[in-house]
Amino acid sequence: MTQLPGPTPKKLGLVIDLDTCVGCHACVVSCKGWNTENYGAPLSDQDAYGANPSGTFLNRVHSYEIAPKDAPAQLVHFPKSCLHCEDAPCVTVCPTGASYKRADDGIVLVNEDACIGCGLCAWACPYGAREMDMDAGVMKKCTLCVDRIYNENLPEEDREPACVRTCPANARHFGDFADPESNVSHLVAERGGIDLMAEQGTKPVNKYLPPRPKTDAQPEAEIDVLAPLLSPVATEAHGFLGWLDKTLDKLPGGAT
Amino acid sequence: MGEPKLNLSPRVSDEVRKTTCYMCACRCGINVHLKDGKVAYIEGNKDHPVNQGVLCAKGSAGIMQVTAPSRLKSPLKRVGKRGEGKFEEISWDEALKIAKDWLEPLRQDPQKLAFFTGRDQSQSFTSFWAQSFGTPNYAAHGGFCSVNMAAAGIYTMGGAFWEFGQPDWDRTKLFMLFGVAEDHDSNPIKMGLGKLKKRGAKVIGVNPIRTGYNAVADEWVGITPGTDGLFILSLVHLLLKAGKVDFEYLANFTNAACLVDCDPESDEFGLILRDDEGRELVMDRNEKRPRCYDKADIAPDLVNGWRNAGVTHKPVFHFMLERYLDEQYAPENVAEKVGISAARIRAIAAEIARVAFDEAIEIEQEWTDFRGRKHTKMTGRPVAFHSMRGISAHSNGFQTCRALHMLQLILGAVETPGGFRFKPPYPKPSTAHPKPHSKVTPGAPLDGPHLGYPQGPSDLALDEDGNPIRIDKAFSWENPLSAHGLMHTVISNAHAGDPYKVDTLFMYMANMAWNSSMNTAGTMKMLTDEDENGDYVIPKIIYSDAYSSEMVAYADLVLPDTTYLERHDCISLLDRPICEADAVADAIRWPVIEPDRDVRGFQSVLCELGAMLNLPGFVNEDGTQKYADYGDYITNHIRRPGVGPLAGFRNPDGSGAGRGDVNPDQIDAYIENGGFWIEHVPDNAAFYKPWNMDYQNWAVEKGLYDSVQPYLFTIYVEPMRRMQAAAEGLGDIQPPDHLRERLKQAMDPLPIWYAPFGEDVNDDAYPLHALTQRPMAMYHSWGSQNAWLRQIHGRNPLYVPTDVWEASGFEDGDWAKVSSPHGAITVPVAHMAALNANTVWTWNAIGKRKGAWALDDDAPESTKGFLLNHLISDLLPPKEDGMRYSNSDPVTGQAAWFDLRVRVEKVAAPEEAQPAFPALQGQGVGE
Amino acid sequence: MHPAPSIILFTTLSGLGFGLLTFLGLNMPDVDGWVLFTFFFVGFALSVGGLLSSTFHLGHPERAWRALSQWKSSWLSREGICAVAALCVLGLYALLAIFFDTKVAALGFVGSALSLLTVFTTSMIYTQMKTVPRWNHWSTPLLFLSLSIGGGALLAAQTAVAGLFLLIATLTQAFAFWGGDRRFKDRGHSLKTATGLQNGELRLFEPPHTGTNYLLKEMVHQIGRKHAQRLRVLGLVFGLALPTVLLLSQTVGHVLAGLIVVLHVGGVLALRWLFFAEAEHVVGLYYGKHG
Ligand SMILES: Nc1nc2c(c(=O)[nH]1)N[C@H]1C(S)=C(S)[C@@H](COP(=O)(O)OP(=O)(O)OC[C@H]3O[C@@H](n4cnc5c(=O)[nH]c(N)nc54)[C@H](O)[C@@H]3O)O[C@H]1N2
Ligand SMILES: Nc1nc2c(c(=O)[nH]1)N[C@H]1C(S)=C(S)[C@@H](COP(=O)(O)OP(=O)(O)OC[C@H]3O[C@@H](n4cnc5c(=O)[nH]c(N)nc54)[C@H](O)[C@@H]3O)O[C@H]1N2
Ligand code: SF4
Ligand code: SF4
Ligand code: SF4
Ligand code: SF4
Ligand code: SF4
Ligand SMILES: [Mo]
Repeated sequence: MTQLPGPTPKKLGLVIDLDTCVGCHACVVSCKGWNTENYGAPLSDQDAYGANPSGTFLNRVHSYEIAPKDAPAQLVHFPKSCLHCEDAPCVTVCPTGASYKRADDGIVLVNEDACIGCGLCAWACPYGAREMDMDAGVMKKCTLCVDRIYNENLPEEDREPACVRTCPANARHFGDFADPESNVSHLVAERGGIDLMAEQGTKPVNKYLPPRPKTDAQPEAEIDVLAPLLSPVATEAHGFLGWLDKTLDKLPGGAT
Repeated sequence: MGEPKLNLSPRVSDEVRKTTCYMCACRCGINVHLKDGKVAYIEGNKDHPVNQGVLCAKGSAGIMQVTAPSRLKSPLKRVGKRGEGKFEEISWDEALKIAKDWLEPLRQDPQKLAFFTGRDQSQSFTSFWAQSFGTPNYAAHGGFCSVNMAAAGIYTMGGAFWEFGQPDWDRTKLFMLFGVAEDHDSNPIKMGLGKLKKRGAKVIGVNPIRTGYNAVADEWVGITPGTDGLFILSLVHLLLKAGKVDFEYLANFTNAACLVDCDPESDEFGLILRDDEGRELVMDRNEKRPRCYDKADIAPDLVNGWRNAGVTHKPVFHFMLERYLDEQYAPENVAEKVGISAARIRAIAAEIARVAFDEAIEIEQEWTDFRGRKHTKMTGRPVAFHSMRGISAHSNGFQTCRALHMLQLILGAVETPGGFRFKPPYPKPSTAHPKPHSKVTPGAPLDGPHLGYPQGPSDLALDEDGNPIRIDKAFSWENPLSAHGLMHTVISNAHAGDPYKVDTLFMYMANMAWNSSMNTAGTMKMLTDEDENGDYVIPKIIYSDAYSSEMVAYADLVLPDTTYLERHDCISLLDRPICEADAVADAIRWPVIEPDRDVRGFQSVLCELGAMLNLPGFVNEDGTQKYADYGDYITNHIRRPGVGPLAGFRNPDGSGAGRGDVNPDQIDAYIENGGFWIEHVPDNAAFYKPWNMDYQNWAVEKGLYDSVQPYLFTIYVEPMRRMQAAAEGLGDIQPPDHLRERLKQAMDPLPIWYAPFGEDVNDDAYPLHALTQRPMAMYHSWGSQNAWLRQIHGRNPLYVPTDVWEASGFEDGDWAKVSSPHGAITVPVAHMAALNANTVWTWNAIGKRKGAWALDDDAPESTKGFLLNHLISDLLPPKEDGMRYSNSDPVTGQAAWFDLRVRVEKVAAPEEAQPAFPALQGQGVGE
Repeated sequence: MHPAPSIILFTTLSGLGFGLLTFLGLNMPDVDGWVLFTFFFVGFALSVGGLLSSTFHLGHPERAWRALSQWKSSWLSREGICAVAALCVLGLYALLAIFFDTKVAALGFVGSALSLLTVFTTSMIYTQMKTVPRWNHWSTPLLFLSLSIGGGALLAAQTAVAGLFLLIATLTQAFAFWGGDRRFKDRGHSLKTATGLQNGELRLFEPPHTGTNYLLKEMVHQIGRKHAQRLRVLGLVFGLALPTVLLLSQTVGHVLAGLIVVLHVGGVLALRWLFFAEAEHVVGLYYGKHG
């Protein structure tokens, strides 16, 4: 199991749209809520009301600032959870077989009953997608909501990850990357979806859509094109009214 | 070993109960999953009109709110000194008796009670209570929140941004967002932005700070705080000059064509000419004579005035041209002040013009206007705007917001496809709203609702001597159109005895000793100050909170509320319902879990207290309690014939939609329906609502109004002119002399821009603007008690722009002393480049007082977190004559949180953020 | 990486232990009876103690046996198996040698090989981590092996061998410092590759949480440069270079040998602390580190 299953018939994962994510942390908290009640041990918190609160979360939203040379600086909100890598190093390092990649759909999971909590898989993950739960002593990670997406106790429309269901801006998309016709495959193709830290060779399934180019760089260039739109009909009230009077008269019926 | 066998279809919960979120005031629908009778998981309700299944971070964290150790457990009586936080738990019987004993004598002198209800979603109920009590001193939090938005919208268009309207998310092609970080429409705005992104519509964010919505905007306009009005008027200047104006819309649907009385000798000078029935006159372009605007065959003329008795009465549009074509609004002349290049202002104006007029859209949909004309289609100008506190929380916010509405109106982009759309029960012109009432009769109810929209000086709440009747001085000459009251002035006025002293301060759901006050330290002192006899200057304070907030420490009697999952609530059409542009809707909360503490829903407590005080409306004829609890009130109260708190499932058989008799099972019907009721606006009524007879008739049928009331949008606002005319000396009701100049300027009936008052400081001493923003994952003060949310925002730095960062020699981890004309704080700093070069900012209300919210004394919220409020004065610096005005908008009294100017200096890191206050003791939840 | 005392102790002690056992399996020194017993006791105590201490940081030590199952892919699993095998084989060898006075050379040889293999597998646990470029290099196994053999030889009183391997260790360590310091950059890891955000200067604006978490505690250890520099010199000079010089330049008596052992073990502990503390995990990039 610790060996990777090889190419899986389905490659389930997420597309995260960095052009749309407003950084609201909704996905972070709904993930915490769902996974505290479901798959495996609850996600615990330490020193919850004290000086140094910490806890287990499977999804976190960073924010970064980009300062282009000739345009104003930008902010990008950056959600990150397990990318369900095809060549998942977190799986192969696991000594117990607790970490595995599902042969059917490629979801990377931890079998908490077998996990010894050695932490090695978290070391092996370049993305910080695994967090040890300090209460349960086992490794936690995004399950791609495996207990939702096939769950027959949920209405069909709810069979998607909690974070996707909750994202108010619709910046998260769930689907099968093995299917070139899926919503996620289309998004990746249209928007140039990218891999995070490709040089690590993990072949992430999750893809990120980069922010679209901003349009606030060069007003001077725009104004040349748009200038005719603003050519004055008059510069003071009297002249304007004269122009308007004539314009209105020219309209069919002669009146407004 | 194969893969472990997973249960892919685990049971999710035992039961799902659908109610309404209250982790903020957005009113999303939630599915509360229960396991073993306990809340297990909260998700969005997919059927709900507000959030359609999505849920924000706070909403999902609700489970930690109902288990938080900070929940109050039982009624509390103060045992220590005020502000120490020492309490003794008492029974409800005792608590109610104390309250009754304090309040009963005040019925004979009702002004001695100040009842202010903060973040209240039951204002139609609490105001009803206050009205029955007879005190004029009632309002909720709107005055320190966003009344500039509400009032500017109502006076201009009969509806405002935020809860009363929304961009046409499905059709807009250009969306411009002014001064919004999060808003109350938080999920809908995010959903809307998501839709725009999907369609590739352009988003322009106008904001000194580029985070959140502004970070995803395609274009960022990093405006200098307080100058939006000038920027907008420059856009108006360019659009007018280029004739890029929807003349047809202006002429037919706004008062731009209405004739202004231009006779300086007239009592009505500057007001709109009216016919004998008091209806506005316009020049008819065909008949060349003034006629009532609503004639079927009229052609309202924007061009020609009416020459009569030697005076030419000009249409409003003339005044607009005269003012806005002036070169003072040319981009070149505003660029420096607003911090946006002239080229960029032009580019934006051109882009607006292009989308509005070259990309106009049409919907094939017949409709009939109020003049009886039939139209075959609906023409849209797909440019939408939205704005919130970045505009409203400045002392020029009312006029700035009006300027923005004027921009929308000259484009014809309100209530047309692709533009801005009202949510029922809006639109509703200011004249259709109540006027403020303040007539006090000992032992009897007030003469009408407290709050409303004054139409002129005679509607002000002034006594015979011209003194304010209300403790907050709402509807006085200091801020005549203070439609939401001024909760932020109550404590300082009561402390100063200006206009008079009160006996009991009764507050609900507002953390006035902390984040909702300016001059925070001063406010705490006012609450604890004693007079020469050693009595508290504010003698009695009753407060209802659900949690151990900072304000709890200052109460003499604490009435512990339930959490939002443990009580009935009513999100009513009489208040701020959950409507969408295409639907009328309202909702409830109901006890999806039972409280495990000795707490009671505050509204239910008011039902009981009202009966104990024998308040009309709260007792039956035989003197017994009328409403057993709030649920009973929601079901059985009748406001107007056929209209009650809930509009849905009326009549005993549930058949009534909008109107109908009481249905004893109404709440059950709501529960059955997912916690809300919705009815869709017919297609032919979807747009042009103020003028669309199909909408008007539908609205009457649904009980939104009692008769059809089409009206014109009022670019030119007569109530303002009436106030301005008084300031010029016209009429009997006259403002005090020291306010005349200010009123003449501020009450201009056409939008203007003036520099924010708080900006009137020495630029060298205080070179920077200081702002706050709402973090999306935290709600004011009450998110910090939440174990999940406080891990995301447990402290807050002051963000400093690059030049200042470098000039001050800051490095990561440094601290700074931040000084304003009012005071100084010492806080951690952090660098941000995507920020207006003259602005610093921080997240709002992360800082907490030690000992509050059941957090440990060394919690980062109180050692590193801080409030900017310590720097914000409740009063402006003294004028030459020594007068000190409140730090508010002169029109509405809206608190001007964002007029703050500061300087920052690097200092050695202190032990903890300064100022630090003594730790609160126990607060009713400690050992 | 977080320099967890249990792991530092484990790798240091078990390295020494298996190093010593390697020599004992090769019958170096050629001793018998109680003396051999003492040698083996020390060897087993160090390696078993080290292994035990490594279980302290497990969330579920009671399930540690499961760690033997994934030898096909996991270096940690292989380490466990090798360690158990080495200990069993050498245990049998020692039993026969001490109590039955029979040294089965083949058994000893296999045991020695397994011991070295154990050290190698341990080193591979770190070496395989592409996420920690400093470790992800052939110098890591060389360092672990040379330290283990050098230290083992020292304990086994094989001064010349010890000198030789400590020389190799010294050079390897120096090289590891030198190469390790630039490898993160050389591999091209940056916040840009981590986020895919390319057009402009990039930095962390806000971390995802103001509270701390497992990742920060475990993977994002930051160490002061000066402090690190000082420790490097101390470890390199006193733990490796000085012992090498002493071992290679003169005959070493018991007292001096004892002193060298103390110096060496102290030095290796310091170097091992640095091995972890200086190891930059790429996840730090997301938190604005290693920029
Ligand atoms: N998550 C969350 N949601 C909330 C709340 C909360 O506490 N947390 N609070 C609720 C409440 S009570 C309210 S009133 C709403 C308020 O919602 P918002 O109106 O979004 O309020 P703020 O977060 O104060 O954001 C004000 C924005 O205006 C910008 N700004 C300041 N001055 C200017 C200016 O002069 N011009 C321009 N263009 N921009 C300016 C600031 O940078 C900031 O982005 O949010 C509500 N929603
Ligand atoms: N510097 C700065 N200051 C600001 C602002 C700003 O932008 N900058 N914004 C201002 C604005 S717009 C606003 S609206 C105010 C908001 O400030 P407040 O009105 O003080 O709002 P909150 O902090 O949300 O808390 C109100 C109180 O309600 C209590 N509460 C929560 N739930 C319940 C409940 O179910 N029942 C009862 N009875 N009580 C409950 C909370 O415990 C808390 O004590 O802050 C203002 N202050
Ligand atoms: S919920 Fe959506 S918009 Fe919010 S942080 Fe997550 S991905 Fe971004
Ligand atoms: S993101 Fe990390 S935890 Fe997830 S599969 Fe890839 S390496 Fe493993
Ligand atoms: S922590 Fe658990 S899942 Fe991760 S490597 Fe160790 S045993 Fe495997
Ligand atoms: S897919 Fe499920 S487990 Fe993974 S981040 Fe989203 S909510 Fe969390
Ligand atoms: S925006 Fe969030 S907190 Fe506010 S009501 Fe909706 S879900 Fe609840
Ligand atoms: Mo507010």
